[in-house]
Amino acid sequence: MKLAAKSKKPVTASANSPELLPQRELRRIVDAVLRLAKSIGAEDTEVHVDEVANALTRFANNAIHQNVADHGLTVSIRTVADGRTARATTNRIDEDSLRAAIEASLSLAHSQPKDPRLLPLPGKQRYRSVNRFIKQTVALSAEDRARAVRRACDLAVKNAQVAAGIYSNGHSQSALGNSRGLFAAYRETHSEFSITVQEGPAASWAKANSAEVRAFDPQKLAARACEKAHLAVNARELAPGRYTVILEPSAVLDLVGFLFYDFAATALEDKRSCLNDRMGKQLFGQNISITDDVYHPLQQGAPFDGEGLPRQCVQLVDRGIPKNLVYSRAAAKAAGKQPTGHGFALPNEYGEAPMNLVFAGGDSSVEKMVASTERGLLVTRLWYIREVDPYEKVMTGMTRDGLFLVENGKVTGAVRNFRFNQSLIEMLNNVELLGPAVRATGEEAFEMVVPAMKVLNFHFSEVTKF
Amino acid sequence: MWDLCTNALDTAKLRGASYGDVRVMHLRQRDLTTKNGQVGTLSQSESIGLGIRVLANGAWGFASTDRLTRDGVAACSAQAVSIAKASALAKRSEVVMAQENAYVDSWQSPFRKDPFEIPLETQLALLLAADAEMRRVKGVTLTETGMQFRKIDSWFASSIGSRIHQRKVISGCGIAATSFQGEEIQKRSYPNSFGGQHALQGYELVESLDLLKNAPLIAEETVALHSAAQCPEKIGTLILGSGQLGLQIHESIGHPIELDRVLGQEANFAGTSFLTLDQLNNLKYASTIVNVVADARLDHGQGLGTFAYDDEGVPAQCTDIIKDGQFRGYLSNRETAHLVGLDRSSGTMRTESWNRLPIIRMTNVSLLPGAWDYDDLIADTHDGILMETNRSWSIDDRRYQFQFSTEIGWEIKGGKKVRMLKNPSYSGITTEFWNSCDAICKLGYWTLWGTPNCGKGQPMQTMGTGHGASPSRFRNVRIGTAFSNQ
Repeated sequence: MKLAAKSKKPVTASANSPELLPQRELRRIVDAVLRLAKSIGAEDTEVHVDEVANALTRFANNAIHQNVADHGLTVSIRTVADGRTARATTNRIDEDSLRAAIEASLSLAHSQPKDPRLLPLPGKQRYRSVNRFIKQTVALSAEDRARAVRRACDLAVKNAQVAAGIYSNGHSQSALGNSRGLFAAYRETHSEFSITVQEGPAASWAKANSAEVRAFDPQKLAARACEKAHLAVNARELAPGRYTVILEPSAVLDLVGFLFYDFAATALEDKRSCLNDRMGKQLFGQNISITDDVYHPLQQGAPFDGEGLPRQCVQLVDRGIPKNLVYSRAAAKAAGKQPTGHGFALPNEYGEAPMNLVFAGGDSSVEKMVASTERGLLVTRLWYIREVDPYEKVMTGMTRDGLFLVENGKVTGAVRNFRFNQSLIEMLNNVELLGPAVRATGEEAFEMVVPAMKVLNFHFSEVTKF
Repeated sequence: MWDLCTNALDTAKLRGASYGDVRVMHLRQRDLTTKNGQVGTLSQSESIGLGIRVLANGAWGFASTDRLTRDGVAACSAQAVSIAKASALAKRSEVVMAQENAYVDSWQSPFRKDPFEIPLETQLALLLAADAEMRRVKGVTLTETGMQFRKIDSWFASSIGSRIHQRKVISGCGIAATSFQGEEIQKRSYPNSFGGQHALQGYELVESLDLLKNAPLIAEETVALHSAAQCPEKIGTLILGSGQLGLQIHESIGHPIELDRVLGQEANFAGTSFLTLDQLNNLKYASTIVNVVADARLDHGQGLGTFAYDDEGVPAQCTDIIKDGQFRGYLSNRETAHLVGLDRSSGTMRTESWNRLPIIRMTNVSLLPGAWDYDDLIADTHDGILMETNRSWSIDDRRYQFQFSTEIGWEIKGGKKVRMLKNPSYSGITTEFWNSCDAICKLGYWTLWGTPNCGKGQPMQTMGTGHGASPSRFRNVRIGTAFSNQ
């Protein structure tokens, strides 16, 4: 058996991302592995093929200093043998390498005791169609990115400021098939612009991320960061304590992103979720409702999970009450529930997680929140957030790149950055106002759909030097 | 592999590159975990590919591919040159690189037992036995164990004539017990958090840890923490175990000395540094007993930051970072060395894989041993708190203000450990903290810890770094802030 070469393209001088293989080629690889595994003696086999091509232009000190592109394809093979399973992954797709990976997977599987929770592979499934592959996103070239970066940097130079950031685009595709007839495939594009602008010791930041490169304007983001960096100069020090805060969507995202894993059924079974003994109780304020919805127009990601089950929409929190969890097949069987299509690729010890959180928004806005605040702080973004107390969900971290004092309904100046130690459970009981839910992007959590929030009694414990 | 490298460099030159370096890397990894007596993850992977970095029109370009055919490599190299020319559309100055010699060499990290040759059954049996030892303790609600092994071959070639092959074998192993009781989750890890200890060693690392002896000890401590007293909130004396101190070094010394951060190249993501260029040789970073080096040489130990050459073809070096308390050095590369008056890179360019650009990274950034016996240090402490094994960590984006919490604490009164404390934490300002250090234990208490999960760069790269430390004492530290609710 001979598999297709990864590319027969001639040498070109293009700075664009390489094209991905046609989807039928991925299917051919899956089928070839399944045939090979059967001939070697695997009882059952599951194959993941993932291909990615990304490019990223990075700038600092108002100039491009790093500019990269990568392309790769991996084949990950899970075999099942006598109640045992294991995985081997390779990025070589010649027959010898695939055979070696299958044999490695079988050897790993045979080396362990039987797994009493292991289920037979699922059969053929039906999937909802989602389209998140935008040709214009793929077409963005290194020259296009460089010109946009140049314009953003020129704006900073004009303002006597210093810009740093990234502009990236790429595309990826996945195929998953197994020896019980299941086959799923998905592809998407992604693009991102992020900018930090410094004015002396002051800094601010703006970022956007989408499958559709035309969904955001790098120049507008640069202008916003420049404007906020100027507002951030002459920061004064305030005493730590409890403050009313207006959290922009990125700040909300990076905090609530730490909640997603708590909704995994396996996390409750392991007794490491903050929802243990709290399901069905009024845990958050009545204005907090959270759904996991991969089909939401602002979300990204495949409509199937690591075993190939279709992802379902799950209402996790309804008006402050945790109502449902997400379940892998094994966790569902243990709990007497139906799987929700949120399982990770097997074998793993974490089970599942909701990866596409969507918070219900409100009818306020950052501007209205500022106008309604007698004294508080406007938070652009948060940084280096880590969990201090897993059950009370106390998180620590810093404000970064633009913390502003709000007095009598107006932003009156910049404030030195604070450290916070704040329980998410308490925070989600203290939300006074919500903006519309938007696709937010930060640096701690993956992208989700969350609103800006006005939160009372947010706990800042210490202040830093800038 | 050398043919691929030559092909890539020749193509780059033909396309107009004035400099190029290329890395072919073959990475192999095995992961084993258990949870509550069952096998969790059992997987292995391999990845091979090529990445090329070029200078063209005075600007950088990088491209990578797993298409290791003559055409595939040539296309990748041509793409790197095209990207560099695009970079030149938004450059403000020419890249200048410090002089470096060409090297032709082959090096392999030392190990006694190849972990990939140890039967899987043996490895799993040890993990399952340690798991069982922890589960024997009543009140433990979750047990986890894990091993991770990596074998990395890299072939580096550059247009100045270097041809360097390196093979590294890396091992990691650790166990953890968690207990949920009432409204509290407590956890203890051995020998450290982040999956335990990680080093440039073979399976002998696992055998040195004595998992079966330590499993019940941490399980008992996990349960006991529920009934321990809460760590008080106060300004006081703090003794850090070497594992926690390793992370303190990583965050408050290792990152601020990265010259790319100092120069603003990480401003958008990892952040900048309070160690502006005017601080070099002027800042009193720490008390006079504090000496810190960045040492990638094997002489320093088999750490995650040990190698023979960095990924820019510069030999491993030892650089003074803090000498007798004074700030003396940065981590630099060939592009930035001249900016701090150096005529040569300090050899800290490292890449996660063939598809990532090398960037400035910590090597082994270590606190050199001091003069104290551990027992004498405890006996000399009238009133203090000993904190061990990291639980949470956070520091601002210029590396001034930090807060750490640890899994366990011990109250010290009158020179003795008198009782266990739960939820210990401390915080401070970097230079104030290091200037308050008044005791460092001897070499016999010194461990070269491995931090396997350091994230930096865009696209993000994860790198392993080494941090040697021995238990040390700090005065007038703010303690207990993480759990304060004022």
